[in-house]
Amino acid sequence: MITNKTQLAGEQSKSMTSYLSPLVQQIQPSGIRRFFDMAAGSKDIISLGVGEPDFKTPWHVREACVYSLERGFTGYTSNAGMPELREGIANYLHTRFNLDYDPANQIIATIGGSEAIDLALRALISPGDEILIPEPCYISYSPITSIGGGVPVGIETFGKDRFKLTAEGLEAKITPRSKILILCYPSNPTGAIMSREDWEPIAKVVEKHDLIVISDEIYAELTYGSNHVSFASLPGMMDRTILVSGFSKAFAMTGWRLGYACGHPDLIAAMLKIHQYTVMCAPSMGQVAALEALTNGMEEKDRMVDSYNQRRRLIVKGLRDAGLECHEPQGAFYAFPSIAGTGLTSDEFAQRLLREFRVAAVPGSVFGLGGEGYLRCSYATSVSQLNEALERIGAFVALLKKEKEIKA
Amino acid sequence: MEQMNELKRKVLELLKEDARRTPALMATLLGAEEEDVKTAIAQMEQEHVIVKYATVVNWDKVDDERVTALIEVQITPERGRGFEGIAERIYLYPQVKSVYLMSGAYDLLVEVEGRNLREVANFVSEKLSPIDSVLSTKTNFTLKKYKQDGIIFEDHEEDNRLMISP
Ligand SMILES: Cc1ncc(COP(=O)(O)O)c(C=O)c1O
Repeated sequence: MITNKTQLAGEQSKSMTSYLSPLVQQIQPSGIRRFFDMAAGSKDIISLGVGEPDFKTPWHVREACVYSLERGFTGYTSNAGMPELREGIANYLHTRFNLDYDPANQIIATIGGSEAIDLALRALISPGDEILIPEPCYISYSPITSIGGGVPVGIETFGKDRFKLTAEGLEAKITPRSKILILCYPSNPTGAIMSREDWEPIAKVVEKHDLIVISDEIYAELTYGSNHVSFASLPGMMDRTILVSGFSKAFAMTGWRLGYACGHPDLIAAMLKIHQYTVMCAPSMGQVAALEALTNGMEEKDRMVDSYNQRRRLIVKGLRDAGLECHEPQGAFYAFPSIAGTGLTSDEFAQRLLREFRVAAVPGSVFGLGGEGYLRCSYATSVSQLNEALERIGAFVALLKKEKEIKA
Repeated sequence: MEQMNELKRKVLELLKEDARRTPALMATLLGAEEEDVKTAIAQMEQEHVIVKYATVVNWDKVDDERVTALIEVQITPERGRGFEGIAERIYLYPQVKSVYLMSGAYDLLVEVEGRNLREVANFVSEKLSPIDSVLSTKTNFTLKKYKQDGIIFEDHEEDNRLMISP
């Protein structure tokens, strides 16, 4: 067996893909990756392609972690996470979103919201189960579903509905094999949010068809104008919902890799089984930092949200002035303008914008159904950079218009 | 009224970040009317809430020799006027960049700028110390400025995020 392996290592040119799990083989590389490769290495590019805050983690959070390291806090924590952190999360969810979870058996700290999503899907999926995913959406849901043996079923949402999921849209896709609905509001990439009135008919459908909901609320703190309504806070939905969230976006803590999942004790116990055998526990430094963020970080968070809100107004106005149709995003930090009027596909548009005008943005098509014809523009970047990018987009759209006239 | 005050406070914050922002840009950022922003600025200029639009310079990067000293000054207050008269005598000198009345071990903190050490020393010995009510001075030369007005001069916290991320 060992000789066999050594031999194989020597033959670099031989394709190894036949060894791969068919589940992994069927996964396509992310469309974001290709744009990343195109943009990588250039310095003069303005990036609106970034899915993370442009703030550094607030200093008091970093400092709390450094201090804990100095005191030698460097070991494993309990599998579900430090009890103080779980308690902090429970208090936070209670005060912010009126949710009551027992820190003893309903909360688990994870390696980012990413691991929480993975755990939830792995704990729930039986082979062939259908997982309902409103799209355009975060790029990971569908591949993780497939790797877990499930069948992703996209539900297209539309600009005319401001990319909200509708009960009719959901019901139309339900089959006897439907089991899980993944929700992500505020939405990456559309910036859509859902109000209590928007949620109520959805909750009825969920109940009627006995679905389990994975609700990714990682952008819950980033709403502008109205407060986030957590799906689990709707009557009867608490037990059916696995709430997934994390610290990456609200507290500018992407690199710390800390998130969490909350839900019914039976579901959390199942997720904890996978978690303890695969990763043991979330990083202890991240847990310390997260606890500090929850305890003393609200003021800084509010300041960051204020700043995103200002830049949101700037980018929406700028995109409209540039001649692109753009709905007003109500959450997260993405604008999602329509580029359909230019006659280019979103991929062509993004490629030319990058090559000719040095602005990186992500084509809507990578986010699934309904994304074609749109462009994701992150406004988590400085006002001066945004201004410059908007000017370049304006020049690009003007050029496209001229090209069209010449052809006509 | 309340709304105008809120707008003024926000305009001040935006101008503190970058004094060159136009009323149009600030109106967009704040979701306000450009006219209201202009009015707010005009009023604040009138009322001397906005005293001046200045530039923060890192002189260390300019080939232009100058030294700064922070001088702790102890004084006897004047009957009736307290510290006001002496403070004025001191701040009117063009070499003096700032003057603060302090609690604690001394009374005034005076920031003085000169082309070289001797110029600053001369100012202290010839102008400042001889003032009647000045009891003592203690001159501290600054060696390097790291941060001023909330602005870090050598900011290491650059944007090193990936160009594209999910
Ligand atoms: C909708 C959504 N969910 C989850 C994540 C993953 O976040 P984390 O850093 O907590 O793993 C992201 C990151 O971009 C996201 O946009």
